[in-house]
Amino acid sequence: MSPSSDWILRWFHIMAGIMWIGLLYFFNFVNVAAVKEATAAGEAGPISKYVVPRALLFFRWGAVVTWIFGAALLGGYPGPNGMNGFAAAFGLQGTMAPIGFGAWLGTIMLINVWTFIWQNQKKILGYVPATDEQKAKARRVAFLASRVNVMLSIPMLFFMSTGPTSISQQIYH
Amino acid sequence: MKNPLDSLWGTVISGFILTAILYYIARVIVSHAMGAGA
Repeated sequence: MSPSSDWILRWFHIMAGIMWIGLLYFFNFVNVAAVKEATAAGEAGPISKYVVPRALLFFRWGAVVTWIFGAALLGGYPGPNGMNGFAAAFGLQGTMAPIGFGAWLGTIMLINVWTFIWQNQKKILGYVPATDEQKAKARRVAFLASRVNVMLSIPMLFFMSTGPTSISQQIYH
Repeated sequence: MKNPLDSLWGTVISGFILTAILYYIARVIVSHAMGAGA
């Protein structure tokens, strides 16, 4: 990979990642408490109608774009023993292990977004039919899946920022 | 026992603990690879 495409991929990976993780933090640090208070005041309707659907759109597609640019970036790295960087990272091979942990965590989070979070949010928002009992269960599952992603985002961002860079020479060797 | 993920700060602390565990494992893998000349 040429140095020019490396920085372009990195740039778009970071921009999309900020969109994704920024909205994840918005949901967990701001929206959960806001909806709880608004529901108690009987005013939660507009949040669910106007804010959440838009935020979820950029959230789930931001996750996809982040993963694609990250995978392309990894593919351009040389792995140990002549391996491709993508395979070496996901195989946790040698010096590619730290970024590999980040890649695995990001991948688990992406799967979490599209399965547990989005599939349950569709029931909560009324995009697919669901009984009140099913909606209550969907709320709990989506909430916990979102919290799992916040937890995983902390080591994911650690490994993304300390992966195959000059910093890794200092902290892993 | 209460689920730490029900609390925002329980979630954040769990994330830092997980980071420490994974960092230790990553460091072992990298040290092993460097020792083997990879």
